[in-house]
Amino acid sequence: MKYLAQDPTLANFGHDVWWLVLIKVVAVFALLLVLTLFTIMYERKVVARMAVRPGPNQVGPNGWLQSLMDGMKLPFKEEIIPITADKVVYFLAPVIAGTCAFITFAVIPFGPMVSIFGHRTPLQLTDVPVAVLVILAATSMSVYGIVLSGWASGSTYPLLGGLRSSAQMISYEVAMGLSIVAVFMTAGTMSTSGIVHAQAGGAQANWDIFGWHPQAPSWYAIVTLPSFVIYAISAVGETNRAPFDLPEAESELVGGYLTEYSSFKFAMFYLAEYIAMINVSAVGATLFLGGWRVPWPLSLIDHGVLNHSWFGLIWFLGKVLIFLFGFIWLRATLPRLRYDQFMRLGWKVLLPANLVWILILAGIKTTQRTPTGNTRWFVIAGVVVVALIAVFLWPEKKGPEAPSTEQLEEQLAQLPEGSFPLPPLDLQVPPSPRLQRLTGQREPATVGGGTDEKEN
Amino acid sequence: MSHSILAAAAGQMGTGEKVFFWIFGPLALIGAIGMVWARNAVHSALFLVLTMLSLGVFYVLQAGPFIGMVQIIVYTGAIMMLFLFVLMLVGRDSSDALIETLRGQRTAAILIGLGFAGLVCTAIARAMGSVSAKGLDAANQANGGNVQGIAALLFTKYVFAFEVTSALLITAAVGAMILAHVERRRENRLSQVDLMKARFAPGNYPGPKPGPGVYATSDSVATPALLPDGTFADRSVSKILPTRELSGAESAPKGTER
Repeated sequence: MKYLAQDPTLANFGHDVWWLVLIKVVAVFALLLVLTLFTIMYERKVVARMAVRPGPNQVGPNGWLQSLMDGMKLPFKEEIIPITADKVVYFLAPVIAGTCAFITFAVIPFGPMVSIFGHRTPLQLTDVPVAVLVILAATSMSVYGIVLSGWASGSTYPLLGGLRSSAQMISYEVAMGLSIVAVFMTAGTMSTSGIVHAQAGGAQANWDIFGWHPQAPSWYAIVTLPSFVIYAISAVGETNRAPFDLPEAESELVGGYLTEYSSFKFAMFYLAEYIAMINVSAVGATLFLGGWRVPWPLSLIDHGVLNHSWFGLIWFLGKVLIFLFGFIWLRATLPRLRYDQFMRLGWKVLLPANLVWILILAGIKTTQRTPTGNTRWFVIAGVVVVALIAVFLWPEKKGPEAPSTEQLEEQLAQLPEGSFPLPPLDLQVPPSPRLQRLTGQREPATVGGGTDEKEN
Repeated sequence: MSHSILAAAAGQMGTGEKVFFWIFGPLALIGAIGMVWARNAVHSALFLVLTMLSLGVFYVLQAGPFIGMVQIIVYTGAIMMLFLFVLMLVGRDSSDALIETLRGQRTAAILIGLGFAGLVCTAIARAMGSVSAKGLDAANQANGGNVQGIAALLFTKYVFAFEVTSALLITAAVGAMILAHVERRRENRLSQVDLMKARFAPGNYPGPKPGPGVYATSDSVATPALLPDGTFADRSVSKILPTRELSGAESAPKGTER
């Protein structure tokens, strides 16, 4: 018997009974809350491990309930609203941030068709033909939460933090959206379950040792590698995480956009930030790492029995945790970028690279579709011509030449009297006169008390 | 959401669709009216966001999920965000002035608005009156889906109009950049070497300026540091800070010591 996982199609969605929908909604909500609590502890533990210290270890077993306790304490703290705050918008901002954070998981597939209380249903809240666009729309709306919180606080640092944050999120959302385009082109669909299905190549491999049929890799992280790299970088920028955590650069902006927030409203932003991180990890796992499907060597076991029904949840969560580990690792290792460097990376490196990659991919797809026609030769000729033009017209880099020693000495001679003392031009540091005096005064150490050593 | 999409795709007016319409219709109207009536520019922009969001929902309800999402991503997420960006920098308390600078401006605006609305409505009515609707099902099935249908039209029949529009938008963006961007001439810009020379020239102290004074009675940035001879160090206080002394009420104990 073949345990082939039954992929849901778009027709499978929208037929659930109301209580099943309710169960799914509550389950997704609870999963996100638990994942957030877990991620906070995961991050603190891993960063502590990397810094060779124990990390939180007091509350609960091995300190794993610390984030739960912190979360329970936060709403009971005093709520401070600045006098200059715009009350309505000040209240609205955390609501928008929190709501938008939860939307993404509505279209994330956790597994194939499963049976819940006798109903065959996909392990996914819902799916639409434009599911990935729903995710993008939710992220673009969540920027409002940040911008409005910065503005409504009526204070300078939050305003600057909000502006910075929104500029960052808008710029990196462009790069992120473009990196997903390659996935659309390869998968031929924008629904998340469809994209996971399109990456299922490995699962149906003809498992035969004597007549080995090597399968092409099916994960889009490998097939569209440049897109995956760009997605991973822009995901870090999109979630305001280190090394791109400029909105909360505490040395420049106090706490960024949430400086004036306290108590429950602060908790909402905190929650939204961590959920955003989980969101991009889940989307990355779905679009590039095969979603809920079991990774390659395991997928060969018994015609992909490990893809069957609820197993999908394990692989999906495992992939999300690996993604999250990447985020934490980056935070523990890399220093923060300067703002202009960061913007240059987004607009001048990621964006053009992405456009060129999409063009190349389109060329490859066109040649694949018409293997015999003239189109193939047109595409190849076009690539050659563009490459030649680029080689010939590439601007030469002209840096300022370093002045010679003679020039420098000449400049030195022209300095007016009383100028600040300059170091020697050959960069050979002369011995300090004070050092010589000290060595002259120092008596040789008495070792062992023997007279011979003293005289040496 | 998918419920209503499927219902609409099947050509029925489902209950879900009606419910959503009667929720989002009034919201869209409130947004439109609020946008005109709000005194604060940022509130006005937020009302417009509400209207655009409701429009996006309407598109989705009308079985156009792609255009609905694009409406939310592009208009609500990008364009209105840029509007808000500019408005936030203008200042919080700048409300609209209600004084008419042109006489009869309001009456003229109402008349022209009504006229334009009438014109658009008649044009649409005349154009659509003679069209026999095929239905969305047939249109969607021709290319295997709503998104695919839009893609096919956009990149075959309307590709020229599409490209011309994008060229127009790029021209506008570049034009705005040229108008707003002031490039400093390369020769006027001081190089690092020049800056260093100026810094170490005689008469200029190259080190940092002294910090403000920190004393038991005051640690404000406006407190000047004291030199060894007891005089104030002038450069320890920023020039832009107004000199200020505490009034009697301000220096009196605040009652916090009890």
